[in-house]
Amino acid sequence: MNQIPDIIRTIPLNYYLYFSTALFIIGVIGVLIRRNAIVIFMCVELMLNAVNLLLTAIASYRADTNGQVFVFFIMAVAAAEVCVGLAIIVMTYRNTRSTDVQLLNNLKW
Amino acid sequence: MTSIILLSIFGIINLFVGFMKSKRILLPLSLLFLAVVFGANLFSWNEAQSYFNHMLTIDNYAVAFTGIMVLATLLLLPFSQHYIEEANENLAEFYSLLLFSLVGAIMMVSYENMLMLFIGIEILSIAMYVLAGSDKRRLRSNEAALKYFLMGAFFTGVLLFGIVLIYGATGSFYLTDIAATAAVNDGTVNAMFTLGLLLLVIGISFKISAAPFHFWAPDVYEGTPTLFTSYMSTVVKIAGVAAFYKLMAAAFAASYAAWFPTLIAITVLTLVVGNIGAVVQTNFKRMLAYSSVSHAGYLLMALVAFNERSDASILFYSLSYALATIVAFAVLQYVSEQRNGDETYAAFNGLGKTNPLLAFAMTVAMCSLSGIPLTAGFFGKLFVFTAVVQDARLMWLVVVAVLMAAVGIYYYFKVVIAMYMQPAADAAKIRIGSFASFMLIFITVFTILLGIAPALVSDLL
Repeated sequence: MNQIPDIIRTIPLNYYLYFSTALFIIGVIGVLIRRNAIVIFMCVELMLNAVNLLLTAIASYRADTNGQVFVFFIMAVAAAEVCVGLAIIVMTYRNTRSTDVQLLNNLKW
Repeated sequence: MTSIILLSIFGIINLFVGFMKSKRILLPLSLLFLAVVFGANLFSWNEAQSYFNHMLTIDNYAVAFTGIMVLATLLLLPFSQHYIEEANENLAEFYSLLLFSLVGAIMMVSYENMLMLFIGIEILSIAMYVLAGSDKRRLRSNEAALKYFLMGAFFTGVLLFGIVLIYGATGSFYLTDIAATAAVNDGTVNAMFTLGLLLLVIGISFKISAAPFHFWAPDVYEGTPTLFTSYMSTVVKIAGVAAFYKLMAAAFAASYAAWFPTLIAITVLTLVVGNIGAVVQTNFKRMLAYSSVSHAGYLLMALVAFNERSDASILFYSLSYALATIVAFAVLQYVSEQRNGDETYAAFNGLGKTNPLLAFAMTVAMCSLSGIPLTAGFFGKLFVFTAVVQDARLMWLVVVAVLMAAVGIYYYFKVVIAMYMQPAADAAKIRIGSFASFMLIFITVFTILLGIAPALVSDLL
């Protein structure tokens, strides 16, 4: 992979950077303002996918496979996180009958 | 490396042992496993070696921190007796998850590549999300797990974005390559690099619960079952701080000017928020959570100093902090169980009369946490402060830290006063197993020994 394909060069790297940053910020805002645990979780996944997109773009432009391998690791770890996360949300739902995070306020000072 | 392989195998063996009818063998078996790992780890001392295409390096730094983390797990497990008596059906899984998460902790102190840092953090964190929610039927435990999970996943995203930006600016995930690129570019390659560095600092600050990213810590620590809170506030924090120092020393030493202002702001804020927050608590467990935030501040001070004494002082401070915290949580576990889950200061009333051993161990632990001489905590603080005053411009930071340590004495001694000065509400003696009391005595003696002869550990690195 020493040659960068021309098709990739047609869009400058900066565009990928702006697009990924925008996706990432949308994810951050979603985490901060949404109240449903599952939607918050989807926003976190959006952040991770923004990271994946940027990684592949940078790796393509640098003709370096390291970045693309990193994407596989992020995907695998994100899958593990989904397993644990959804299990935790289901467990909470069984006790509270809701996925609204505002209801969880037993612990505060 | 042997410790990573052994821990993975032992974790799987533990899962299979869980099929057996009697759960009593699990605790001695896990302790044996950890002792073997502790011994095997020592063989790598002075024999630095790289693995996985130089993505992991087991050097003296890694061996020393691995040793402390394995020792901390070894010392806190004997107090899990309570789970055995209740014949918890998932006992084997809990022990296995602890062993597996230690693998992540070891990767966090021996990484040479950002990929390994990320995977180490995730192995450690995902296991902790499960353990935080291990008390399935209690709403508090559910809430702790959900908060920890959502916030943890969010800050993992932030950390990853930082890693990607650094990769975009330098073209490598290897710490040495990043350092080389940064060195020839005057420490700050471009805006992407600076922003990436900031996001990395934020991501790791969350993991070690440094203010202003500490907001999850009190809630999560309070809701999590006490045994795992104890693990969270010792092993997870030590791994985080060690990883933080390694990252800064190996990759961003040349960029000191870029991260120093951020880090010093985080440190001061952590010291103030942790100590002031602890003062107003009435719940002992919640106070310990704030106290662990404040200790993250003292550990970060050594990082801010950033000289040849930093790593040794972080090592000694971590050990002294871990010993004291394990005792505090262990005693809390016994007391709250006796008092029907009461975790306030009042639960400790009169403990000095009913259980002199528990009360004495707790007193030594509190002295160590507040940094009274003749305990390990005193030298821990002393080493950190002397590392900081090497740079005369940072004198004011030491003054702030000493003032905050004085505030610390107030809330740590609240529990000592409750134990010795208040009349007992419930005069019944708390029953402790002989092995657990032996471990309590051992940790207490070790704390005092380190307070008399700190050179045993402080000269290691």
